[in-house]
Amino acid sequence: MHEMGVAMQIVEIAAASIPADLVGSRVATVNLKVGKLSAIVPDSLKFCFEAVSKDTALEGARLHITEIPVRAVCNACRNEWTIEQPAFVCHTCNSGDITLLSGRELDIESIELAEEDN
Amino acid sequence: MLIDGINAIKACHHKEGHPHHHPHEGHSAVETHTHGGREIKVVRRVLDANDMMADANRRRFAEEKVFVLNLMSSPGSGKTTTLEKTLQHLMPEFRCAVIVGDICTTQDADRLAASGAPVVQINTDEFGGDCHLAAHVIEKALGGLDLDEIDVLIVENIGNLVCPAEFDIGEDKRTVILSVTEGEDKPLKYPLMFRECDAALLNKIDLLPYLDYDVKLAADNILQIHPGMPVFETSAKTEEGFEPWLAWLRSSAKEKLG
Repeated sequence: MHEMGVAMQIVEIAAASIPADLVGSRVATVNLKVGKLSAIVPDSLKFCFEAVSKDTALEGARLHITEIPVRAVCNACRNEWTIEQPAFVCHTCNSGDITLLSGRELDIESIELAEEDN
Repeated sequence: MLIDGINAIKACHHKEGHPHHHPHEGHSAVETHTHGGREIKVVRRVLDANDMMADANRRRFAEEKVFVLNLMSSPGSGKTTTLEKTLQHLMPEFRCAVIVGDICTTQDADRLAASGAPVVQINTDEFGGDCHLAAHVIEKALGGLDLDEIDVLIVENIGNLVCPAEFDIGEDKRTVILSVTEGEDKPLKYPLMFRECDAALLNKIDLLPYLDYDVKLAADNILQIHPGMPVFETSAKTEEGFEPWLAWLRSSAKEKLG
């Protein structure tokens, strides 16, 4: 539901990441990592991104989203696994003392600048 | 290849599975390779700005010795009534204040002000009708409070089980309220909220005689998402089950306040 605010942050961060000597370049792609546990709906985010990127260096840019699985490690038996179901308990020893290794990401990895036509 | 941002993220794990670093580190945009256009490494959390403001809030709460609770739930689960009753019990012992978020109306603030605690109302309409309270909104609300005179600050977040879970506001503890009219499966449908909280209230248990509700299943579902988390079965109306919740809150506050 807060995808609009997130889209605005993405545009702000991506625009500020264009190197000084390339100001004026257009961004073709924004590479984003979204953890499966984050409260973001990729389709909504793309829709909002399209709206808020108008009249910026990111207008028409593609939002490339890589979804990151939820990985956990058990602090009791050191088992590592991917959480596919909403159950945060170790598969091997049933311990609830676990640490999440991934799945909460909402990170801009990189931007790709558009090639100039001339 | 040296990519400062990635190293910074690895060195700065703020929460479990929640990589976090600061914009000044993230500014090390490094050009990596070329395919088609040029790719510029960024490696920054999108919510960096919120996390930084939350850290600033947290430092301020530490300096001023204020314990902060972020109270979250879906709409209509009994947040405001729970808070009214909680304030009545805490007020003799702690100097309390409340920040209450609402998309519009001041009804909750009016009810809570009757407790005698200072109340700051935030209408998120002014902030774009937001679905959550962000750290900068809390920072702004602090302008209406004298932190010197406050031991316990309770933030009543916007009624929503999704977005508030994503936004750190600088709080010490997070509590989620689920009411027994909401369905036992809600923790499984909103795992981030239940994963991120430190305690859960299963509220409105006074209605159980009229409902076909499985309290054990609801509690088990909460514990499946967050094993070991305290789950308090409460009725804000009758105050049944309130003592264990208040004891948890008091001991959490004392842990910080000394």
